Amino acid sequence: MIDLILHNPVVTALLVLGGLSAAFGAVLGFAAVKFKVEGDPLVDRIDALLPQTQCGQCGHPGCRPYAQAISDGEPINKCPPGGQATINALADLLDVTAPSLDAEHGEHLDVKRVAYIREDECIGCTKCIQACPMDAILGAAKHMHTVIVDECTGCDLCVEPCPVDCIDMIPLKPDLQTWQWSLPATNQSPVFHVVASEVNLIASDRQAKPEPVERDGNKAA
Amino acid sequence: MSFSELAIILLSTVLVNNFVLAQFLGLCPFMGVSNKLESAIGMAGATTFVMTLASICTYLVDTWILAPLDLQFLRTISFILVIAAVVQFVKMFMEKTSPLLYRVLGVFLPLITVNCAVLGVALLNTQKAHNFFESTMYGFGGALGFSMVLVLFSAMRERLAVADVPVPFKGAAIGMITAGLMALAFMGFGGLVNLQ
Repeated sequence: MIDLILHNPVVTALLVLGGLSAAFGAVLGFAAVKFKVEGDPLVDRIDALLPQTQCGQCGHPGCRPYAQAISDGEPINKCPPGGQATINALADLLDVTAPSLDAEHGEHLDVKRVAYIREDECIGCTKCIQACPMDAILGAAKHMHTVIVDECTGCDLCVEPCPVDCIDMIPLKPDLQTWQWSLPATNQSPVFHVVASEVNLIASDRQAKPEPVERDGNKAA
Repeated sequence: MSFSELAIILLSTVLVNNFVLAQFLGLCPFMGVSNKLESAIGMAGATTFVMTLASICTYLVDTWILAPLDLQFLRTISFILVIAAVVQFVKMFMEKTSPLLYRVLGVFLPLITVNCAVLGVALLNTQKAHNFFESTMYGFGGALGFSMVLVLFSAMRERLAVADVPVPFKGAAIGMITAGLMALAFMGFGGLVNLQ
């Protein structure tokens, strides 16, 4: 056996390469366990509750930075797109009393809205394109701009910079894709990601939970 | 191995036999990540780190495993294996110990695996029959030269981006011309040190 290995370079080569790979594999596998990095789980969980509109109305460049800031102790009531539902969910997660929405950062609107550019009036200044955090506005200098409805999160940030005020925020009518059954309100935890109001369908002497958590943010956005 | 010889190796790899401009290794990151000074500095840091470490590791593998078994023909493939493992290990280690540096280097760290300058330095080390310290110094010097050229070139490209370049020369074309002129300028260092 040893004779075969020593006198057959192909076998030696295979053994050496296999051995090297196994050794490096072992070292890397060991390192993967030893140097495992746990991210900050709290930031991830806060981020999951935020509506992900990336609108920046809270004063941070996006939802993730705001989640980071909340975990560092910032007030949780700075998210207008999320509204009271998000604040309650955050308060639930962080075990604090839920404050009401800080009006300084904007108001919460129940209906999902999208920006609409009145194209006759658009002068093609590109200012709204620069303001859009989602890259949802299409256009070029001195050409008419338009909004990609699917990308628009309705954050209002493009309305302010427009010099000719040709951007409207119009409520989005539910179509076949977005329409949902209005479920009967319950005091159960949300099954279909729908904010339920506190109406008891079944008589129960248990106290209803504060307000159930809304997790996907689509509706509130 | 005297100190002066090591200093000569350093000087020769940084200036005279510069990996990018004289030996044409690592041209891909040289053109690819030199658009912005910041990313160039990140890439330079990561490459210096990996090249030094890789030249040490490949020297050890070559001397203690390949040479005794008379398997020098396996150099290229085993060096690639070593480099890939080293880069991956460094990435994990850095992520744990220095998250800030890890975030600065970002995507450049895994990119170095396929940087031909790293494989080049390992193969040149065996070709020139360097000993351990010479190999280390050669890798470090080569990486230093690469970093210097990369940072200088990216500084130039940042200026070029706002310069009034004729239309046919815009973009990558003027970058290539600049790199060529830089290589010409570095030829001036030829004969400064004579190795071997």
